[in-house]
Amino acid sequence: MKRGYDTLRSVAESILAAIIGLVVGGLILKAWGYSPISAYIALFEASFKDLYGFSGALANATPLILTALTFAVATRAGLFNIGAEGQMYLGALAAVAASLFRLPPVLHLLVALAFAGAAGALWALVPSGLRATRGVSEVISTIMFNWISRFLAFWLVANVLVDPYRAEKTITVLPTSRFPTLVRGTDLSYAIFLAVAVALLVYFLLRYTVTGYEMRAAGANPDAARYGGVRSAKVIVLVFLLGGITAGLAGATQSLGRPPSYAVFSGLPKISNLGFDGIGVAMIGRNHPLGIIFAAIFYGGLQSGARVMQLFAGIPLEMVRMVQGVIVLALALPELLRIFRGFRRRRVELGGER
Amino acid sequence: MTLDHFWSILFLSLHAMVPITLTAAGEVVGERAGLFNIGLEGILLLSAFTGALGAEAGGWPLGLLVGIGTGAVVGLFFGLINAYWKGNQLITGVGINLFALGFVAFGLQALGTPGFHDVPWDVRLPAIRTPVGGLSPIVFLALVMPFAIHWFLNRTRAGLWVRAVGENPEAADVAGVPVELVRLLATTFGAALAGLAGAYMSISWMGAATEEIAAGRGFIALATVVFSGLRPILTLAGGFIFGFFDSLATWIANIPGVKEAIPWQFVSMIPYIATLLVVTGVIGRVRFPKALGVPYRRE
Repeated sequence: MKRGYDTLRSVAESILAAIIGLVVGGLILKAWGYSPISAYIALFEASFKDLYGFSGALANATPLILTALTFAVATRAGLFNIGAEGQMYLGALAAVAASLFRLPPVLHLLVALAFAGAAGALWALVPSGLRATRGVSEVISTIMFNWISRFLAFWLVANVLVDPYRAEKTITVLPTSRFPTLVRGTDLSYAIFLAVAVALLVYFLLRYTVTGYEMRAAGANPDAARYGGVRSAKVIVLVFLLGGITAGLAGATQSLGRPPSYAVFSGLPKISNLGFDGIGVAMIGRNHPLGIIFAAIFYGGLQSGARVMQLFAGIPLEMVRMVQGVIVLALALPELLRIFRGFRRRRVELGGER
Repeated sequence: MTLDHFWSILFLSLHAMVPITLTAAGEVVGERAGLFNIGLEGILLLSAFTGALGAEAGGWPLGLLVGIGTGAVVGLFFGLINAYWKGNQLITGVGINLFALGFVAFGLQALGTPGFHDVPWDVRLPAIRTPVGGLSPIVFLALVMPFAIHWFLNRTRAGLWVRAVGENPEAADVAGVPVELVRLLATTFGAALAGLAGAYMSISWMGAATEEIAAGRGFIALATVVFSGLRPILTLAGGFIFGFFDSLATWIANIPGVKEAIPWQFVSMIPYIATLLVVTGVIGRVRFPKALGVPYRRE
């Protein structure tokens, strides 16, 4: 009964925060001389009205589910891992690297995914080690690793994986290691099933396994967990490795499952910020694997709708990231709903004193 | 290495030091009061952009003011959410960073200059001419500010209040210090300095506002705070070290022979690797305020 009520409240808070975000975003649009109402109508119609639009929302949601999991798993264990961005770059490129050799279909895709997961996990290893052994704040180390990874990715695109005929991109991923397209004529590929399956797996891991229990215990009450025999260093490393794998896979879904290019371009235009957006998605989804799936579809829909909005109304699509920032700010308030209740109560109290 | 090289590295380092030292020195005040703001990166980005717009509207003095004002408004917001409404400081910071990322990208595009906005020469902050090159006046401000903050924190009653609410808010509260207000003002001051740093980047140092102008400097400033052990004067040393590595990267990338031998991408990694190494080296020796990051609730 209690659980049900908590879930309901979390959902209500996320919806309220989303509304606050959209309203503030609308006010900024208005300040800039755009018409917010017609902009939002265009946006939501473009992404949630028909199968074509919804496919775009799901296609955008695919990597976000995975990068959001990176953040969420860490948060559940009491860590603040913002390193998905850099791990995701290397995952995308490791998946491309699997196309340097030939393998039969399916097996090739699996190998490419294994590469991506391994690359993400490897990149997460050093920050986790620094945190576990020396106590270096993961907030600082993961951000530094994101920047190092960005430049490493620039270099890999330009030198190691470069397309011999087109210097501005990597080699094109071989058809044998691509995710097949799910809805013809859209960006949506079978990668969405991978993302959802990983989310379910993480849900299962957190909820039903000893390791997951230890992670949650370490997050809920570190001292009690340590007293109960949970080794915090082990939890830290596991959480980072798991997060690295999902972030790496997020990158892979972009290089292996995003028609028409199936390559990474110099400057990383298509994949930049997927890791940071994942943080917002995780928060909207309340760091719950199932909540994240819905939050990612919501945010993915905003993104694909914004693309259409930019095309027809000339409103820069970056506005959705702004909206996301406001949503996260609203969610930073503890028990958002209670604030409103608190105002009411205080007014009653003040009235009572008089 | 000739004398000219020495001067050029020194000048580059001093200019690169400014945003980090100003931001870090301000954050020392906020952290001493118990608030940990990881939204500094976003504040740098936002104020670099708004500062550039302000300068174009009314010259560099307005630009600097708008930058400071932007930082202060964001800081006020951060302080309200966290000092008064007991919000989650890390999440608030992430929200600020995401908002800034979106707002600036949106603004640059809405101005018709996606990704990059040039600040015209005539509205940039004029540099002080020296025999070895121009020097931004903000450099001197950055050199003085940490000493002023040191004096404030250690020699004034208000400074004592700041330290008290970060160290032991219960005791401060009992002694009649308005805990929430002091925290709000401290973090707003820190954010305003980050705002100045952002405006400095766009209208003095780089002469342009870009989507990536902050380039992790907000987080490097946080690392500098760790390095300094929350002693404001040491943010000068920390800022200079990172400024040095930052400019070393620029400098190395432009030396003829080196450019071919080491790819520029690896040179660009230097400041971030240096930051990590320095933080790893000093960690463990740093003592943070007891109530840092913990919302204060009266019993």
